[in-house]
Amino acid sequence: MDFLRPASWEEALAAKAEHPTAVPIAGGTDVMVEINFDHRRPEYLLDLTRVGDLYEWETGEDSVRLGASVPYTRIMENLRTELPGLALASHTVASPQIRNRGGVGGNLGTASPAGDAHPALLAAGAEVEAESVRGSRRIPIDAFYTGVKRNALAPDELIRAVHIDKADGPQQFSKVGTRNAMVIAVCAFGLALHPGTRTVRTGIGSAAPTPIRATAAEEFLNAALDEERLWDSGRSITPSVARQFAQLCSAACNPVDDVRGTARYRRHAVGVMARRTLMWTWESYRGNARTMEGAA
Amino acid sequence: MVHTSANGAPTRITQGAPTQGGIGESTLRPDGTLKVTGEFAYASDMWHEDMLWGQILRSTVAHAEIVSIDTSEALATPGVYAVLTYDDLPTEVRTYGLEIQDTPVLAHGRVRHHGEPVAVVAADHPETARRAAARIKVEYRDLPVITDEASATAPDAVLLHENRTDPHAAHVPHPNIVHRQPIIRGDVEQARGRADVIVEGEYVFGMQDQAFLGPESGLAVPAEDGGVDLYIATQWLHADLRQIAPVLGLPEDKIRMTLSGVGGAFGGREDLSMQIHACLLALRTGKPVKMVYNRFESFFGHVHRHPAKLYYEHGATHDGKLTHVKARIVLDGGAYASSSPAVVGNAASLGVGPYIVDDVDIEAVALYTNNPPCGAMRGFGAVQACFAYEAQMDKLAGRLGMDPVEFRRLNAMSQGSLMPTGQVVDSPAPVAELLRRVKAMPLPPEQQWLVAGEDADLRQLPGGLSNTTHGEGVVRGIGYAVGIKNVGFSEGFDDYSTARVRLEAVGGEPVATVHTAMAEVGQGGVTVHAQIARTELGVAQVTIRPADTQVGSAGSTSASRQTYVTGGAVKHACELVREQVLDRGRRMFGAHHPAWATAELLLEGGKVVTDGGEVLADLVDVLGDEAVEIEQEWRHRPTEPFDLRTGQGVGHVQYSFAAHRAVVEVDTDLGLVKVIELACAQDVGKALNPLSVTGQIQGGTTQGLGVAVMEEIIVDPKTAKVRNPSFTDYLIPTILDTPTIPVDVLELADDHAPYGLRGVGEAPTLSSTPAVLAAIRNATGLELNRTPVRPEHLTGA
Amino acid sequence: MRVNFTVNGRPQQADDVWEGESLLYVLRERLGLPGSKNACEQGECGSCTVRLDGVPVCSCLVAAGQAEGSEIVTVEGLAEYARQRACGTGGCDTSAECGTSGDEARRWSAHGTDSATGEGTELAPIQQAFIDAGAVQCGFCTPGLLVAADEMLERNPNPTDADIREALSGNLCRCTGYEKIMDAVRLAAARQGEGA
Repeated sequence: MDFLRPASWEEALAAKAEHPTAVPIAGGTDVMVEINFDHRRPEYLLDLTRVGDLYEWETGEDSVRLGASVPYTRIMENLRTELPGLALASHTVASPQIRNRGGVGGNLGTASPAGDAHPALLAAGAEVEAESVRGSRRIPIDAFYTGVKRNALAPDELIRAVHIDKADGPQQFSKVGTRNAMVIAVCAFGLALHPGTRTVRTGIGSAAPTPIRATAAEEFLNAALDEERLWDSGRSITPSVARQFAQLCSAACNPVDDVRGTARYRRHAVGVMARRTLMWTWESYRGNARTMEGAA
Repeated sequence: MVHTSANGAPTRITQGAPTQGGIGESTLRPDGTLKVTGEFAYASDMWHEDMLWGQILRSTVAHAEIVSIDTSEALATPGVYAVLTYDDLPTEVRTYGLEIQDTPVLAHGRVRHHGEPVAVVAADHPETARRAAARIKVEYRDLPVITDEASATAPDAVLLHENRTDPHAAHVPHPNIVHRQPIIRGDVEQARGRADVIVEGEYVFGMQDQAFLGPESGLAVPAEDGGVDLYIATQWLHADLRQIAPVLGLPEDKIRMTLSGVGGAFGGREDLSMQIHACLLALRTGKPVKMVYNRFESFFGHVHRHPAKLYYEHGATHDGKLTHVKARIVLDGGAYASSSPAVVGNAASLGVGPYIVDDVDIEAVALYTNNPPCGAMRGFGAVQACFAYEAQMDKLAGRLGMDPVEFRRLNAMSQGSLMPTGQVVDSPAPVAELLRRVKAMPLPPEQQWLVAGEDADLRQLPGGLSNTTHGEGVVRGIGYAVGIKNVGFSEGFDDYSTARVRLEAVGGEPVATVHTAMAEVGQGGVTVHAQIARTELGVAQVTIRPADTQVGSAGSTSASRQTYVTGGAVKHACELVREQVLDRGRRMFGAHHPAWATAELLLEGGKVVTDGGEVLADLVDVLGDEAVEIEQEWRHRPTEPFDLRTGQGVGHVQYSFAAHRAVVEVDTDLGLVKVIELACAQDVGKALNPLSVTGQIQGGTTQGLGVAVMEEIIVDPKTAKVRNPSFTDYLIPTILDTPTIPVDVLELADDHAPYGLRGVGEAPTLSSTPAVLAAIRNATGLELNRTPVRPEHLTGA
Repeated sequence: MRVNFTVNGRPQQADDVWEGESLLYVLRERLGLPGSKNACEQGECGSCTVRLDGVPVCSCLVAAGQAEGSEIVTVEGLAEYARQRACGTGGCDTSAECGTSGDEARRWSAHGTDSATGEGTELAPIQQAFIDAGAVQCGFCTPGLLVAADEMLERNPNPTDADIREALSGNLCRCTGYEKIMDAVRLAAARQGEGA
């Protein structure tokens, strides 16, 4: 094993070009577990710790450019207004110690369906800024996840940043685990209302081979909101619409039985989370941000 | 040079005033400062110049013949010093075991469970050792896996152990049954006729892991005399020694064992793990060998709590009196016996719970299967039974339309009651009182997540920070349970402890030294020993020697027995020392004062005093330059084996009782549970150290909570392979999963026990689980016959 | 490879480090600082928690090479760290001594006491509170909990119970049921408040 320590982004790209099998390591919260448990012995570890701009973010007019290594702690503390869905998701990541190290770049690089950031990124409609010595490109999040723990990166590419539109409406994130802390998702759900485009986007984690959107559910809801002119009227969503949306979200899942939960439960739980997060976001959109106890 | 500096050196405790720090006070741990500064030397902290690292190669399958093992490539790896397999074992003794010697040191021709040790490697770096182990080529030929009672007892079942010669072989109905214990009392068939209500239930208890945080570790250092020094985390040094010596072919006195820091145990260190492997590698290479399991390996490195299937039938009359209990308890012992026979004895003899029932028919068995070996864990057979009989009690109360607590109180045993084994409970058994107390505690306020004018506090809700509910679907439930646990080793076992106590004058002050082989695993035995010495010898300064095999056995740190038995031994040795000191005083000073001959004399505040408080001499003057030292064994009352046909017999030393009330909030849509409070009332006889006692109760309660809602080793029923050997997927409660645990301690003395004390550690682990289950049933209306409860069980999904 | 970093105020160097070694391994096995504990080595238990450039992290998940040039505080340095914080920034002598060689560090052992009980050892308030409240049983979780709790009290001197639970949710304890750990943190916060 060789340990590569690029001092700059350019050096990192050069190293990755020279050693395409090099495994990037930043927070280490995935890679080191695999090394400690002897699941992985990469030829090269590419340490990105010294690449400072990966730890920075810029808030622009319409969007945030989030460095790949910005720790979840920073996201939940500093970007709650701009990126509420991702901030909520960040708060559910493992423990304070892990949130201090891990960042979105790691989630994307690993591309595990259980990664907490994915549903929020899908719902927000993010773009991944990937770069190699050959050049830079932006990969829409919808095209990023290509298979179980596989992504659209070329072997010589590294993730530099994620571009996420600043929230133009309420966003929510919800995750099911069997503990009340230190939870790896049994399944997770992200929802973002986009009043600007009058659309709703979703993201589902741990309920299919890859993180997915519930596109049929989105289409149904977009149409229902449109049809009943709810974006304008600000009236409540009817229980039957919410129920149908939840069912379609469940139906979008393609889960497995594993030690963390059954496929049936995952479908069921995604439906419950879809219904609840829809009610929370919609009530918030209606300017009625009262707490929702007992609302379901 | 060995780093034993931290806890390898004598531990001296000094308190301010000489009479302070005795029993009944919450004195602080003598090892506390070392533990908070990081200086306490745990087994995995040991370091030796020039040491090698040991690594075990474990089977990747549960049941197979070993066709061949090729170690040549591993041996050729640079940095590798030794690779050992079964063929390299030095003597004809190649198995070990706590009760039955059936566990191979290294697999011989066959592996019987996933993760069984096949070979061991020593190398100069852990990574070198891992790589070398990975280069050992083992060819397996699969055998059919036995995973449950049906496959174990099928007529054509493969036998896990052929030609058994152990003491249970003769009476078991099938060679794949380790041990069978019936308990028959009265006439259940007749009693059934008197029952107005009968309830039946089939219950499943999942496989729990001790999940102690300090992984199995040790350092073996070869000695010049051909022996070996072993620094090890264990629960019972002498039982280890008894099993290690014959395999190494060394006399016991050439294996010098010292207890290193133990990071929790809970039963999981009662069996050997890497002790023999480390010694073998050290003796073979002539170099010190350190072994440290990682968490993955730890899940294969120790036995687990027996998973169980329990079939119960309870009957009662309309007025709420139990008529009979009929039960069958099937424990899965896995591939090797470990302590399965004793677990069977406990499950059977305690299978009715703390209730008066005249007509009982219980059968408990433990199976041999290809599942992971199971053995001791806190609660030891009583836990599984308690989960089932308490569910039955709630079911019966429901059928009778009675309050579940009142129904239990109506049938609660008390001092003088008969156990189904015929044993009279001859010390306080305040079962009804504990239930009354736990019910009388104030209930926690409802909906604590509501914060005026703000969003719901997610941390107080089911699902926590995962943001699954803001109150939707959340229903509160309350449940109760009570349990009975035996204290000490039962069934005729010669359960003794040894203590060596020395009293001498050092620098003008009397100093007591206590030396035992008791494994301090976190329970606070060292604190209590110092308290006992202060109380008995009237000194301020007590030195606790490190536990090792240079003193006689202290028995196991298990069965809630150490304060009782080793504490009893320390007390006894102190009394003998005191007698000698007083005799010496009488010889030296008796002529000066008549009270030396006539009065009851005590040692207090560093002086010899009469019971009237008159000071006769300074202890240092009596002691002079000559220390008084005594090593003595001490035994509790003898017990007897249970009759193999009827289960009758005075099998247990002492019983302990705890009751719990659980308050839970369940997100009924998602099946997520938040335990809001777990109140406990327990009788401890006498709290020698109240702070430690509540700590034990709260810790035991939390382990019971864990197996109620999250903890389970999941074994694939087709392959018998463990599916979740990690802290990522074997979940134990975090601080956000653990509620407030108010504790009400009752102190009703047991006159048979030292100071009237009652073993504390295990009873709270029993009743916690069924109380949580009862609360979840109360919230959801579901039957819930298995533990742990998972979200899918609560949502029907 | 060689790595250099500062541990508890002292420059440290380790040679022949295997590239896959964690910071935890280097601290424990190469620098003679075994206080940080190896309970899970997968970031699930927090017993290896150290402060890396001020931030609590699981040292088992930091590749040793990643810590190059960093400032690390372990449980062994917690008392001194707390003392300097109490003195205020720059208010006290920072006792900048020369580095300890690997060999010296390996010979490291209990110090500043006249017996193995650690009597007379200067403790951080959180350390003393853990002893006083009975929050230590087997003690294996204790070092990580102390580092995490101390950092929380630095940020949040008056935590609610829920704040404490959230901040310590990455630190597993198997012995205590956490009640006495809660007591200890409340006690340290109260004492800190009195002292302020």
